[in-house]
Amino acid sequence: MLSSKHFFLLPALLTLVAIILFPLLFTVRVSFSSWDVFQSGLDFIGGRNYVRVFEDDRFWQSLQRLSLLSIISVSLQYTLGFALALAVWKQVRGGRLLRVLFLIPMMTTPVVMSVIWRTVFHESLGPVNDILSVFGVGPVPWLSSAMGAFISVLIVEVWQWTPFMFLLLLAGLVSLPKEPYLAAAIDGAGTWRTFWQVTFPLMAPITIGALIIRLIEASKIMDTVYVLTSGGPGTATETSSYYIYIRGLRDFQIGYSAALSLVYLVIMVISLTIIAKLLLRMLVGRDE
Amino acid sequence: MIKIKKFIGPATLLALAVSAATPAVAKDYTQFGIEKDLPGTCSYEVTDAKDYSGRSLNVITHAIPVIGEPTALHAEQFAKLTGAEVNVVHVPFGDLFQRIMIPFQSEQNAYDVLFYASLWIGDFNRFLEPVPQKYIDSTGMADVTDSFTGVATWNGEMIQYPMDGDRHYLKYRTDIFDNAEVQAKFLADTGNALTVPETWEDYNKVAAYFNDRDWDGDGELNYGSAEVAKRDDLMFSAFISRAAPYAKHPDVKGGFFFDLETMEPLINSPGFVRGLKLFVDAQKSFPPGGNNFGLGDEIFSFGGGQTLMSYSWDDAYIQANQEDSRIRNMVAAAPLPGAGEVWNRDTGMWDTFTTPNRAPYMTWGWSSAVSQMSEEKEMAFDFLCFFANEANAKSDLQIGRFGVNPYRNEHLDVDFWKGQGWEDKTAESYVSTLSNMEKSQNRVFDLRVPGVSQFMSSMANGVAEAMAGQKSAQDALDGVAKEWAEITERIGKDRLRAAYANVVKLEDNEG
Repeated sequence: MLSSKHFFLLPALLTLVAIILFPLLFTVRVSFSSWDVFQSGLDFIGGRNYVRVFEDDRFWQSLQRLSLLSIISVSLQYTLGFALALAVWKQVRGGRLLRVLFLIPMMTTPVVMSVIWRTVFHESLGPVNDILSVFGVGPVPWLSSAMGAFISVLIVEVWQWTPFMFLLLLAGLVSLPKEPYLAAAIDGAGTWRTFWQVTFPLMAPITIGALIIRLIEASKIMDTVYVLTSGGPGTATETSSYYIYIRGLRDFQIGYSAALSLVYLVIMVISLTIIAKLLLRMLVGRDE
Repeated sequence: MIKIKKFIGPATLLALAVSAATPAVAKDYTQFGIEKDLPGTCSYEVTDAKDYSGRSLNVITHAIPVIGEPTALHAEQFAKLTGAEVNVVHVPFGDLFQRIMIPFQSEQNAYDVLFYASLWIGDFNRFLEPVPQKYIDSTGMADVTDSFTGVATWNGEMIQYPMDGDRHYLKYRTDIFDNAEVQAKFLADTGNALTVPETWEDYNKVAAYFNDRDWDGDGELNYGSAEVAKRDDLMFSAFISRAAPYAKHPDVKGGFFFDLETMEPLINSPGFVRGLKLFVDAQKSFPPGGNNFGLGDEIFSFGGGQTLMSYSWDDAYIQANQEDSRIRNMVAAAPLPGAGEVWNRDTGMWDTFTTPNRAPYMTWGWSSAVSQMSEEKEMAFDFLCFFANEANAKSDLQIGRFGVNPYRNEHLDVDFWKGQGWEDKTAESYVSTLSNMEKSQNRVFDLRVPGVSQFMSSMANGVAEAMAGQKSAQDALDGVAKEWAEITERIGKDRLRAAYANVVKLEDNEG
């Protein structure tokens, strides 16, 4: 039976419907239409867009590329972020300043920073090749070779988002209990052993959260690719989000891009759930 | 009072008589940044006489500076002259199409005036208001070249308001090509005379010879060719320029991109494949990172003196000749290189040409239009007419970053360009190159059909795959042709054919 107390839930429910459910359901509906530059509106074409998605090699290749990029970049972000967090965890001179400095990349706009990085990586006018040439290296084809462009995107991603990892992991480190460390010290554990047997296991829940959050974010990479390489050379750095952007907003294939987005969403939900479970099992030793 | 009235009467009559007898003193409009107002249908003086107080106009345009800056400038001027409120929205190129198309499709009257890439006419035509006769009869419009009148026309009706004229042509360094010492060395090293490339094969050879050398003696390495080769950054235009002379046979009518009769894509025909192979080969003469060059990089590279040759729009040429340029008056323009062999799809064979076949590419360029849904159509057309009036057009042409290039016959006047400080060869080669493109009977126009973005995006991807070595030229273009056939299927052959006929008319000189 509905009582007056249920009406208090109404604002929250309406917000949920407006913000999450309506766009999602509308996207589902659009994905079954042929809404295109020459066909506006919501006709019904059944699952034709979905059949097209499964035949679209370029989409699946972009997904593989994205997976590789996300796994490598998030792993590097985690390693570096953890190292930096450990470095400023204990009281060090200038620790506050370092914390602020480490956060600067995360606070900058991705598009603006990508433009700056594009200049940095410019092969004839950029400073990186200039510096490398002093050591007799180069010119390195940062943006014009497949491998170079992939590494460039990776570098920008790591540079921009390592501070996020740093922030989460530092918060985790600061909140760790002191007792296990005292016990480890009494047992005569060295720094290395204390890290692997105390700090790392205690940080596991935060590690899992940080990795999942970053994997979700990394899988949406778009602005860096757009500005830095436009997905090129060839399709060497074309990620799923950039491909969906091309189909949706540049080619104006609204119906098809809605189908691509939903397939992508389902794949992400499934794969991230599996990854989370595996991480739990590996780092905490249980599923829940 | 009576006395005063008695005095005012004759005095007024006297004043009127004097003013009628004295020639009118032209009002000074130089505070608007122009040299002087020029007579015409939409001059400053004529516009000044209009009163649009209390009314507003919504304009969507490209981001500043290209087209966005002149839009903002002329909007402000128009507002000051007429009292109208002109709201300008600037949008980056990648978003411009959808920002216009979504309101069109959802029947929202979002913008009265639109500035956009002229090749989108195939998608936008059904939402645009035809240009009224009084503007077609205006002084400015009467002088627009035939090519750009054609670009603004759809099914025999003018629906775009011309305010820019774009085409691709070759730009090269005269301090090198005209240097006797360099010529002698080139002859000794290659056995050939150093001349402005007549074919794309010649272009690649000359570019390769001058690549990776400090030929201007400034201590920095120079390179052979700067080209727009970055995928999704207008690279499709560079590819069309390179493929056109091999694929556009002057005696074969009925379509360059498609066979108009069957609507079969021709993009993987041997002419296009030859063009792509040469594009791939040219990469070895690009500056470091050159295969990731967008338009801005190309302008900077050639305009900044890094490369020997380039081809694209006017911007690099204007930049190279600006007052502060270190290569001012060291550059000249020439027609795009041609082809000694041209694919004949009627016979299925290559035809040999003793004089290289040229196929000038009238590549998109900016255009403007008024939305059918606008409730201020007259004011909107008045604004466009003012934007493109004689004084504004001449002033805009002189500022490279504005992106406004010659589109009227009066712009193709050598003296005008010499007046900007250009020397004889720089001005004459520029004007003659542009003028001769107008006269060509073998021009190529953009694929102005519904879904043009899909076709061009697919082509750019295929070309990029070949450029990156992911696929051979033939395989890459076979993939593009397959995708084009699928797009054609989705749009509908008949609908596409009807639209494409407009392009073919222009290319076959029937428009």
